[in-house]
Amino acid sequence: MNSLSEFLHMGGYGQYVWSAYGITFVAMLLALLIPVRQHRGLRKRLKKQLARQAKSKN
Amino acid sequence: MSSLSLGKAFTTLLQRDLLLVMRRRSEAVNPVLFFIIVASLFPFGTGSDNELLQKIAPGIVWVGALLATMLSLDAIFRSDFEDGSLEQLMLSPHPASLLVLAKVIAHWLVTGVPLLIAAPFMALLYGLPPEAMTTLMISLLIGTPILSLVGSVGVALTVALRHGGVILSLLVLPLYVPVLIFGSGAVELAVDGFSPAANLYMLSAILALSLVLTPWPAAAALRLSLS
Amino acid sequence: MIMKFIHRFASPPFFYRFSAKAMPWFVGLFLLFLGYGLYGGLVVAPADYQQGESYRIIYIHVPAAWLSLFVYMVMATSAAIALIWRIKLSDVVLISSAPIGAMFTFVALVTGSIWGKPMWGTWWEWEARLTSELILLFLYLGIIALYNAVEDKRIASRAVAILTLVGVVNIPIIHYSVEWWNTLHQGPTVTKFDKPSIHLSMLLPLLSMAIAFKLYYGLALLARARNELLQRERNAGWVKEMLKDE
Repeated sequence: MNSLSEFLHMGGYGQYVWSAYGITFVAMLLALLIPVRQHRGLRKRLKKQLARQAKSKN
Repeated sequence: MSSLSLGKAFTTLLQRDLLLVMRRRSEAVNPVLFFIIVASLFPFGTGSDNELLQKIAPGIVWVGALLATMLSLDAIFRSDFEDGSLEQLMLSPHPASLLVLAKVIAHWLVTGVPLLIAAPFMALLYGLPPEAMTTLMISLLIGTPILSLVGSVGVALTVALRHGGVILSLLVLPLYVPVLIFGSGAVELAVDGFSPAANLYMLSAILALSLVLTPWPAAAALRLSLS
Repeated sequence: MIMKFIHRFASPPFFYRFSAKAMPWFVGLFLLFLGYGLYGGLVVAPADYQQGESYRIIYIHVPAAWLSLFVYMVMATSAAIALIWRIKLSDVVLISSAPIGAMFTFVALVTGSIWGKPMWGTWWEWEARLTSELILLFLYLGIIALYNAVEDKRIASRAVAILTLVGVVNIPIIHYSVEWWNTLHQGPTVTKFDKPSIHLSMLLPLLSMAIAFKLYYGLALLARARNELLQRERNAGWVKEMLKDE
């Protein structure tokens, strides 16, 4: 393919090709970002719990 | 209780389950009633064109039987689970998988057999040609036990859950699809004048596989549900 | 000797630390194979003789479909290991993989549907591969639903392991029955998921994308498994030590 506009146009099938790639990209990104975010929240919560337990022991 | 041989325990359990159902005969009729209702409803939805009805008859009868079985699955373990007799059963020295098999056979006798009897009448309403009727009966005869066997694994996994019924349908649906395909496919072949033998052999193979492979996970799942 | 290695690897604190170090490698390799696959597939490979440019969806549809099955196989293996040897990590791998597998199945279905629209004219066709993927999606959703419905997660893990194994026995039966069903009711439309003329310039990017997706699965699995492990082991000594040290 010779130019960016041809690339985007995809021989007339642009909307199909790019929506397919787009949905795939979004799905895979989300499936990765969600657990990473959850991980940070989890660690924060556990650390807070630990601090509370240590305090109540004193 | 003096020790029972496995064979005696098996038949005693089977008889007891059948007896319990006989006492609540009106409840036992529900699956067949549901099947008749479903099969009767479709023409109102699709129009009563005879050619169309004849074409969809195998599918309608089979899906109706499948749905009716799905609804009735809960009954295999529910009452025993709730009144504690299931726990007692699992404590017995006999292999749990065989006791489960006895209960599944009881379920099929109570649900599958009446469906077998009602099916040809509903098929008549759809104008299923007589040469396909035998195939319909045989496919259901082989297929409905598979539905009970495979369904028992699903019920065993969900009997202790609060909204087990919904999850049960989700669990059991993918497992039922091949039975439905080969069962109704056999009848379709017979309607078109072809031999349904290959399909019926496939169904028999699946039945044999289910007989051997489903009691163990069902028993294991029951133990989980009881814990 | 192998058992010792497995036991050491499967110990939660070891796996947790190992996964943290391994993840950047997965990211790097993933981007590498993804880059080559996308460039080779979208830019270098020529258009298909019959389908023109729309065939390029193959570079995400087929790897997604392959992964949807691959993930289930990993889950089935973990289920067997979990039930036989009671290794906690196997339970974790099983339940962490399920959403990823469901995602790939969903992507395979959606991309398959989008691919089909310009060719068939409809958004859905009851052809063998797509229908099998649909049933596979139900299998995944059932596993996830069952796990969420059982409160005691140890029991939930075992229940889901049993369900996964029951499902894996059924997958070949389902595939074969759907194939047969499709040939029985074959309409005039020819299924065109079967092999457009595939030459090397198309095959290499395809394989690269498949490897990239596998690496992604590893990455996402590690991310989820860490969460699951941390959650299950939150009262264990090693977790408390690790959190204190920060």
